[in-house]
Amino acid sequence: MPARTAVWWTILRISLEERLVYRGDFALGTLMRFLPILTQVFLWWAVFTAASTGQSIDQTRIVGYSYHDFIAYYLLTMVSRAFSSMPGLASGIARDIRDGTVKKYLIQPIDMLSFLLLNRMAHKVVYYTVATLPFAFVFYLCGDFFPNGWPEPQVMAAYVASLLMAFLLGFFLEATIGMIGFWFLEVSSLLFVYMLFNFFFSGHMFPIDMLPGFWGEVVRIIPLQYLAYFPAAVFLGKVEGPELIQGLWIQFAWVVLFMFTSRAAFHLGVRRYSGFGG
Amino acid sequence: MTMAVVEIESLAKSYRVYQKAEGLAASVAGLFHRKYRTVEAVRGIDLTVEAGEFVAFLGPNGAGKTTTLKLLSGVINPTSGTARVLGHVPWRRENAYRRRFALVMGQKNQLWWDLPAAESFRLHQQIYRIDPAEFDRTRDELTGMLAIRNLLSQPVRELSLGERMKMELTAALLHKPDVLFLDEPTIGLDVVAQYKIQDFLKHYQRERGITTLLTSHYMKDVAALCRRVVIITHGRIMFDGSLAQIVDRFGGHKVITLLFADGHIPGDLGVYGEVISEEPPRAKVRVDRGDVTATLGRILQQHPVVDVNVEDPPLEEMIAEVFSQVDESAGKDGELVVGRGG
Repeated sequence: MPARTAVWWTILRISLEERLVYRGDFALGTLMRFLPILTQVFLWWAVFTAASTGQSIDQTRIVGYSYHDFIAYYLLTMVSRAFSSMPGLASGIARDIRDGTVKKYLIQPIDMLSFLLLNRMAHKVVYYTVATLPFAFVFYLCGDFFPNGWPEPQVMAAYVASLLMAFLLGFFLEATIGMIGFWFLEVSSLLFVYMLFNFFFSGHMFPIDMLPGFWGEVVRIIPLQYLAYFPAAVFLGKVEGPELIQGLWIQFAWVVLFMFTSRAAFHLGVRRYSGFGG
Repeated sequence: MTMAVVEIESLAKSYRVYQKAEGLAASVAGLFHRKYRTVEAVRGIDLTVEAGEFVAFLGPNGAGKTTTLKLLSGVINPTSGTARVLGHVPWRRENAYRRRFALVMGQKNQLWWDLPAAESFRLHQQIYRIDPAEFDRTRDELTGMLAIRNLLSQPVRELSLGERMKMELTAALLHKPDVLFLDEPTIGLDVVAQYKIQDFLKHYQRERGITTLLTSHYMKDVAALCRRVVIITHGRIMFDGSLAQIVDRFGGHKVITLLFADGHIPGDLGVYGEVISEEPPRAKVRVDRGDVTATLGRILQQHPVVDVNVEDPPLEEMIAEVFSQVDESAGKDGELVVGRGG
């Protein structure tokens, strides 16, 4: 076990160093991600103004959500996505399969999924280091949108747990999609479809509890809500008590399921693999 | 006593390859009905390699050399047959086996592109569980032999191809593997870098007695490094023996280079053999092996020759000869397998 910890630590450390090579580009990219916040704030402001029909914008409700609720929700999904989004993971795995780089993990005594997970953790650590200040600044500016302030400590603990699980779920989900590269050499279209579904059904675009009927049922069943909506809902106190505990367990179950699915896909894929790319 | 390190029996691997005719219409048709062709990359190979041997796999492109190395390093599973390397079945990919071999591919980069090689080496130390003191010693020894110690802290992307290959070799040897697979390690390198890598491999292999399998298109690599040569074409072993045996069998003639005293090349040189080149004052004549002494005697009697050189034709030529003979006999399903010689 100490040997394994040493390996993990080395992978983490080297991944961190690798990230820091392109720190300039990375910092700029991170800051640019904050621009959409402005457009979203104005978008919903315009929507609510149009819907207000004479009354004050603060009293206007759309499916139970006020303008303030919307912005608060949107900011929190930004935080969720900072944990659950995995830029380049699936496409990177598919590319490694196509060009033969995946051989490295077959020849060396190293587990590909663990390696990629540690690598991704390093990416996230660097990202949070760069993004924490801008995030704090945005939340400070938007403090008015959170009239209740910080949640209770237990809720906060649940929130942190749901964020960490959102990270793991995002990782194993995308890793599974990347493994499809063993069967279909190109996964970019599939990934595009996934991203599209993710955008709508994870709650990134709007709070998914707004969805009525059939689609409401669908989003409650599929795991995507745990990538963005669920942690935000926990923070905002929209899920409480037994419902919260149940939600965390379901999220955990999805993590475990995709952990096994990605591993199984890797094993089956390797058996199929014929060593493309010379 | 020698011990078999690699034991291969009836090993075969076939791929299913998607076939697409040229043009858009065919692409559309391919959406509904795909045609596949089975490519038999390796069709039943038997081979035993003893500990400490340095074996070259030769063969035209697509002959099955690399596929064999991929099977032996566990990258792919075979269609049928068995193989054992150091007592392990390679495609089970057990860590116990993976810590004992290394695969170096001339066209693939296993080091972290943006970081100094020293970092990749450190990672290897961890994943191969090399004792830190031992690691320092091996790293210093290898980088010293390859003269790359001063490049250790330079990002890999800034190294030349030759320097990078030396780093790749170092990374592959840090855990002191017992078996080394080299897939075209000198591809694309200039002559000096090729020579240095050959020289390093020769010394390292001799000192450590590491069992090595090499594929290469450079005959110089093969001549410098390997006593035993296995020729693979169409997925089968067509020749297994020493380089000397290839020369005996396929080098049916010798090349005599003559330097004429008066700088003038006689016009009747053709009667002695096939004139390959005439560059006054030198000329090269191809002569049957058995007739070399007699022919040379006659030439020396008739003409004012100041210097003579008799040599085998270039190895490339002989190997090309082997390949073409094999191609001709392949239709008759004849094999040219020669018993192993020492």
